[in-house]
Amino acid sequence: MQRKLISFLGRRRNWTIPYVLFLVFFVLVPMSLIVFYAFTNAEGSFTFANIQKFWIHPEAMNTFLYSVVVALITTLLCILIGYPAAYILSKMESRNAKLLVILFILPMWINFLIRTLATVALFDFFKIPLGEGALIFGMVYNFLPFMIYPIYNILQKTDQNLIEAAQDLGANPRQVFLKTVFPLSIPGITSGVIMVFMPVISTFAIAELLTINNIKLFGTTLQENIYNGTWNYGAALSLVMLLLIGITALLNGEGSSRAAEEGNLI
Amino acid sequence: MIKRILSTSYLGILLIMLYAPILIIIIFSFTEAKVLGNWTGFSLKLYSSIFQGGIHHSLTSALWNTLIIGLIAAAASTVLGTMAAIGIYNLTPKSQKAIQMVNTIPILNPDIITAISLFLLFVSLGISQGYTTVILAHITFCTPYVVLSVLPRLRRMNPNLYEAALDLGATPFLAVRRILLPELKPGMISGFILAFTLSIDDFVVTLFTIGNEGLETLSTYIYADARRGGLTPELRPLSAIIFISVLVLLLVINQRAAKKKL
Amino acid sequence: MVRISDIITINHLSHTFGDKTVLQDINLSIGKGEFVTILGPSGCGKTTLMRLIAGFLKASEGKISIAGQDMTTTPPHLRPVNTVFQKYALFPHLNVFQNIAFGLNLKKLPKEEIQKKVKQVLKIVIMTDYEERDVDSLSGGQQQRVAIARAIINEPEVLLLDEPLAALDHKMRKDMQMEIKAMHKKLNITFVYITHDQEEALTLSDRIVVMSQGVIQQIGTPTEIYNEPKNSFVADFIGESNILNGVMIHDELVEFAGHRFDCVDKGFALNEPVEVVIRPEDIYIFEMSDAAHFSGQVTSSIFKGVHYEMMVTTPEGFEFMIQDYRSFEPGHTVGLRVKPFDIQVMKKERHCNTFKGTIIDKTHVRFLGTNFECSDTKNLANGTTVNVKVEFRNVNLQDNQEDGMLSGVVSFILYKGNHYHLTILTENNEHVFVDSNDVWDDADCVGISISPKNIQIEIL
Repeated sequence: MQRKLISFLGRRRNWTIPYVLFLVFFVLVPMSLIVFYAFTNAEGSFTFANIQKFWIHPEAMNTFLYSVVVALITTLLCILIGYPAAYILSKMESRNAKLLVILFILPMWINFLIRTLATVALFDFFKIPLGEGALIFGMVYNFLPFMIYPIYNILQKTDQNLIEAAQDLGANPRQVFLKTVFPLSIPGITSGVIMVFMPVISTFAIAELLTINNIKLFGTTLQENIYNGTWNYGAALSLVMLLLIGITALLNGEGSSRAAEEGNLI
Repeated sequence: MIKRILSTSYLGILLIMLYAPILIIIIFSFTEAKVLGNWTGFSLKLYSSIFQGGIHHSLTSALWNTLIIGLIAAAASTVLGTMAAIGIYNLTPKSQKAIQMVNTIPILNPDIITAISLFLLFVSLGISQGYTTVILAHITFCTPYVVLSVLPRLRRMNPNLYEAALDLGATPFLAVRRILLPELKPGMISGFILAFTLSIDDFVVTLFTIGNEGLETLSTYIYADARRGGLTPELRPLSAIIFISVLVLLLVINQRAAKKKL
Repeated sequence: MVRISDIITINHLSHTFGDKTVLQDINLSIGKGEFVTILGPSGCGKTTLMRLIAGFLKASEGKISIAGQDMTTTPPHLRPVNTVFQKYALFPHLNVFQNIAFGLNLKKLPKEEIQKKVKQVLKIVIMTDYEERDVDSLSGGQQQRVAIARAIINEPEVLLLDEPLAALDHKMRKDMQMEIKAMHKKLNITFVYITHDQEEALTLSDRIVVMSQGVIQQIGTPTEIYNEPKNSFVADFIGESNILNGVMIHDELVEFAGHRFDCVDKGFALNEPVEVVIRPEDIYIFEMSDAAHFSGQVTSSIFKGVHYEMMVTTPEGFEFMIQDYRSFEPGHTVGLRVKPFDIQVMKKERHCNTFKGTIIDKTHVRFLGTNFECSDTKNLANGTTVNVKVEFRNVNLQDNQEDGMLSGVVSFILYKGNHYHLTILTENNEHVFVDSNDVWDDADCVGISISPKNIQIEIL
């Protein structure tokens, strides 16, 4: 018996088994529970009612669409502001750049609720009214590092020879950037998009704090439903989110696994 | 030259903007005002009250809970994730791909989806929520990161190292302990730190799995605080201290790494 | 070679990864104290064979005995075998001393004894005073020495060396070869040396085991392997050679390249198709005269340090590689001559592609995992199992994989003087042999097609 166990453990591929079981129980089963709850009513019998409710219920739908728009704007702003920063960082001497990258990531170490509250205080200080503008501002604040890091990472790994080859073949600096550097950095942008877009839609708390409870994002809707005990409807809304994740992940293909790997940044 | 000044100032402005809220917290940690943003004169009272145990009992316990949950979850994730990474490395490419795909789900999922799915799991099974469920939930979203920080080290490692140990007479157990684990240590350490950070910073998943028995972590405490309309003043010096120590720590590590390279 | 006893005996050893057979029915005995080299191109199964001997892999079939004991299923740490890995596999977190002492520490030997032994082996590998060094700070050659020291300190019965010199530069490799040879003499243990470098194998070994595609092609001393290659693969892989198709007219008379030659080989059937090997240094080249057996025109001449390497084309359209210390200018017509005992005649391994197939319908037959149109299915019932024969010449290759009925990869190329004999590995891991006048490169992806009239069905 003992020998059997030892030889079982001796095969190192068997070492995945605990984690596989864990993943099944704490990732796959819970995800299927979302699907299950989404298609059942409180009594546990099959129904499309929850999905229909989302479809016809203007409030949830509106929040959802609004959140998508906010997320799109935030993502776009993050790219516009973050790309130049990442580009400048990638051009710097690597030691200085590393230090600066750390500085960009460091604010993450402060609890994001406290950070958001501080942002509110900052807006108060400069007499900026809380509301939509503040919301987007706050979101960009929060998620900018997630955009800078992957782009910086890929730019910094870009083979210098490729750039020299482009110059050698007669490209001017503008063309070098547009035809070589930028296309090569697109995977970094997709990673960044994945790490900004979905989280923005689903955040809650940040929106409430930055708009004095005036604007709700989809995350808040989800949370409220679960809190109020309407789990089935909450699950249906989660399923909508899941579908959206699935679509973005599919669209980005390899980008998503890279995003997962670059989740390492904090 | 102009280009350089321009680009440096661009980064400078961005950093100032990013750090402005933190600066606000640090500045206002030196005043006694109840509300963040009111300046009622310089004072170290908030600092002294932290160190003299003057802070509210529930904040202290929230702080402890956060640390304990973080340590347990990080330790468990490191063990589970390292074992998994070693296993995955020895699987066929096809199964590797399958497991890694599932492994990225908790990373790609927004917090709230992870939170709701685990909430549904616990309520469906009738498990009462508390310490255990929070820790399990934290292990769920921390372990994938440990796997991702250990696997590259395995991939970079000379594949013959483990075999060389066996070849020289080490039992598989000894080969793992003497050769594999020392080789993976850096990856395990960064995995542990990452897991710990994610755990103490987490709010959403904790909120959904913590139950309503009065258990609080720092995040849920602050959230409750904020909903009541303010931030416990002591959180300002506390955040300032955490931030400054992390800053110093990271700078020191960076300096040493740079020196080692030279 | 007199062998007092065999240290390794391998019987009917086979190994498969998934559905891919990498080793097929290997039988091999290695004597105590022998220096045996396992030689073959990459992917021939030599590394798998080494890993099976070391115990890193469990054999799918067959038996391995080491030092008189069946060790087929013994885990590596219990085998009296130590390995020197290709990329050294030194433990990066341990220094030189700790690396070398690793095995002895596991055996819990007293400290002083370990110290003494480490000093001894460091002397053998000429690395005295390097004990405290970080292994990362050592050069490739030094790391190699530490790896050898780490293995031999355990006094194994067998030392396996897996391409130990592959990562070193040319000059270093030459020096290390001599040192390894000297070490083998001094230590008196069995060396099993894995390499793809035929020159290394010829220099070092007592015996060479030539492998290709998971099968042992020939076992013999370096001179045997060089002078009497058993088949065209060995002839081509070891040294340079001219390999041509020929016909054995009768004993001691062979015809190739359009001429008849006296030879020393006997025992073939009358008019049996054979393969002929002539080493480039065995063809005499001179100004055209009556002494010539046949003639040709020089097409190129390159100076190779000691000799010139010339390509000569005969009027019959055959190309020969010839090495001589004299050079003849391109365009020059020369006389050529070969002595009877320099002609090595080999049995032909195959004359025709033969596949197992199944009749699909009146006009189709299935083999190689593909349905082929076939002009003459001999009115056999659907589902009948048959032999399918296709001449080497009748297999067509296309540049575009999609243009073929199935695709494959060029895995072996043999130049036969006036055409190439190619071995194509299909997607289903089957071999198709092709004669072609076109030039293909190793590892080219090709499409394969066969015209319906060239598929011959043979009833079983």
